[in-house]
Amino acid sequence: MKIGVFICHCGSNIGGTVDAAKVAEAARAFPDVVFTSDTMYACSEPGQDGIIQAIKDNQLDGVVVSSCTPRMHEPTFRRTVERAGLNRFMFEMANIREHVSWIGKDKEANTNKAIELTGIAVEKLRQDQPLFAKQFDINKRVMVIGGGVAGIQAALDCADGDREVVLVERESTIGGKMAKLDKTFPTVDCSSCILGPKMVDVAQHSKIKLYAMSEVEEISGYVGNFEVKIKRKAPYVNWELCTGCGLCMEKCPSKKSKDRFNEQVGTTTAINIPFPQAIPKKAVIDPKFCIKLTKGKCGICAKVCPTKAIVFDQQEEIVSESVGAIVAATGYDLFDISKYGEYGGGRLPDVITGMQYERLLSASGPTGGHVKRPSDGKEPKTIVFVQCVGSRDKSVDRPYCSGFCCMYTAKQAILTKDHIPDSTSYVFYMDIRAPGKMYDEFTRRAMEEYGTQYVRGRVSMIYPKGDKLLVRGADTLMGTQVEVEADLVVLAAGAEASVGAPQLAEKLRISYDKYGFFMESHPKLRPVETNTAGVYLAGACQGPKDIPASVAQGSAAAAKVLALFAKDKLENDPMISFVDIKRCVGCGKCVQVCPFGAIKEVDFRGEPKAEVIETVCQGCGLCTATCPQGAIQLSHFTDNQILAEVNALCQL
Amino acid sequence: MSALAGKELRIVGFLCNWCSYGGADTAGVGRFSQPTDLRIIRVPCSGRINPLFVAKTLLSGADGVLVSGCHPRDCHYAEGNFYARRRLEVFKRLLPTMGIDPDRFEYTWVSASEGQRWQKVVTTFTEQIHKLGPAPRFGLAHEQNPATAAAC
Repeated sequence: MKIGVFICHCGSNIGGTVDAAKVAEAARAFPDVVFTSDTMYACSEPGQDGIIQAIKDNQLDGVVVSSCTPRMHEPTFRRTVERAGLNRFMFEMANIREHVSWIGKDKEANTNKAIELTGIAVEKLRQDQPLFAKQFDINKRVMVIGGGVAGIQAALDCADGDREVVLVERESTIGGKMAKLDKTFPTVDCSSCILGPKMVDVAQHSKIKLYAMSEVEEISGYVGNFEVKIKRKAPYVNWELCTGCGLCMEKCPSKKSKDRFNEQVGTTTAINIPFPQAIPKKAVIDPKFCIKLTKGKCGICAKVCPTKAIVFDQQEEIVSESVGAIVAATGYDLFDISKYGEYGGGRLPDVITGMQYERLLSASGPTGGHVKRPSDGKEPKTIVFVQCVGSRDKSVDRPYCSGFCCMYTAKQAILTKDHIPDSTSYVFYMDIRAPGKMYDEFTRRAMEEYGTQYVRGRVSMIYPKGDKLLVRGADTLMGTQVEVEADLVVLAAGAEASVGAPQLAEKLRISYDKYGFFMESHPKLRPVETNTAGVYLAGACQGPKDIPASVAQGSAAAAKVLALFAKDKLENDPMISFVDIKRCVGCGKCVQVCPFGAIKEVDFRGEPKAEVIETVCQGCGLCTATCPQGAIQLSHFTDNQILAEVNALCQL
Repeated sequence: MSALAGKELRIVGFLCNWCSYGGADTAGVGRFSQPTDLRIIRVPCSGRINPLFVAKTLLSGADGVLVSGCHPRDCHYAEGNFYARRRLEVFKRLLPTMGIDPDRFEYTWVSASEGQRWQKVVTTFTEQIHKLGPAPRFGLAHEQNPATAAAC
């Protein structure tokens, strides 16, 4: 076997703390190595051409590149060696950047480590075999989880691409957080006027199947062939009969149900339609407050319903859907403001969240668009906005910036002046972060045109004084203490991962960060893909995002899905298990442990043997470590290959 | 001995591709400085790791072995790390009967986002191995004296 070794300088990324030339020289001593060189950028076009040339000149059988992480450029170099006529699996990579040059400054130790890592890659390569992919069919339906603006956009784009879409939403209506907004920054567009038509499109699109009040229960399968079980919760109303006329809401005597759509500002009837533009526009009973369901009496809604749609004994049901790709668009939740005890959120009625204030501003909100204090219904004249409540604060485990709070606070300050011209608004801020198009101009308008008083500093304490709230804070630019007597305090609550996001991630087999946001494949170059093939991300489930970014990512996820579906067959990864039938004793242990059901027992000349279903196997190697006979091996990660690496590391 | 004599000990890490290898990458991207002793072998899943690999590594002269995978319930392959956890826990208890200090072997969970955690895991484990010192060499006497070895 003839092996070529290429050491990459990666500019000064590796070259700065690793002597690449020395590594290349040392690599000459490794068995089967006939060619070595060090190159400035192995992944660049001249770098790749150099590899191809060396393969041809020296008739190499395999290539080792010591450079960055294989999670970055392994596919790149596999294509390179393939262009030179080698099998793509006759390639190994040693990670001497992330695991060496970037984590230590000792050049001698680093160079030594780089030589060893290159050495184990050579030993691994000596055991490598050419592998070939198999093709399998693909189900060209897509599931979108979450019906906020990102999910809606992804669903519509996929449906416009002529693919069937299953949209799953856990609330009784789609629209998500955006549907609750009164206006959007920086254009001060009416939110429901721009979102409403899209929601209607979802309802009317022949290619979209909408499951509202439903949650994903279980996901099995793999890219191209996912099997999803969906739990449809019971709304206690037959939605096929319900016309959304709202008669039940008018007559319902129980009016204490929490108004989730209005962010619990006020209450609503036990049977209700969340808001007039809801999609689907169907009534739902809140079982905690329905007198019929709690006490067995009442039943007025059933009497007045013209279509006899009320079903008090409705049960939840599980339905199954087969799809080929999944877009997760589960959005975010707002930080719980009561965690800041000193601000009195949840304790003082006139300390509210930005989203609650949004509902007070909205013409379809609980006050009909007239700003009224929750405590006594009076119009507030002095309003204090406090930013960074649950963002950029390590003490509440939210060190990240939520990104959009600066903007929505500026918008609310502007709208406040429009609603109450003789009002004064104060904004306590840490920094203004307004990097989007027209964003900074917008916050300047709030200050200059609308006279909002921006105070740089944190609020330390809010407490009641008579019927007002005393807001005490610091003005760090003036270096003074500030006290404002406010009628209403609006806390700009930061964003956090949606409730249940980690659980969904586990079902989807994707990663999430320590705050519960889903992790993309690569933060810069693969921002909508996950490390699980066929699962894509859209919107704030990946991290706080404003509407334009969410919509853009929704469309991007749809583009990825449509690109996947443009193929009729997918190729599997050939790094899968294979059975040595002579060694297999048919014990069936591999069949038991396989999480994908990729191994079946077959009859071979009257004896039971294991057989791998090649298109289903995902290449985890669980079976290989389980088999007592060593009869089932994972290609490219066989026992011999891993032990060759161990030997290379431990040789005396 | 291939590791830098006197400066480094031989520590071998088996890392799953999806979480811990990514976590080590994240630590690199974040430039979190770490001891240089550890050499990483990439495997698809912690469930791929046969405990005998660890045994073989320790018996071949490694001073320490670290296995790291995805956090339980967060496995790319659904449940590979549960199998790993069970096997490795049993294996760790078996080590003393093989004459190996169980402190030379650890298994842990690091996700792809936990660069800082990876830095801590590596630093702590390397310190632990340095405290134990180089592993006793099996059959060293034979190697030092070829005549005796031949006589056997």
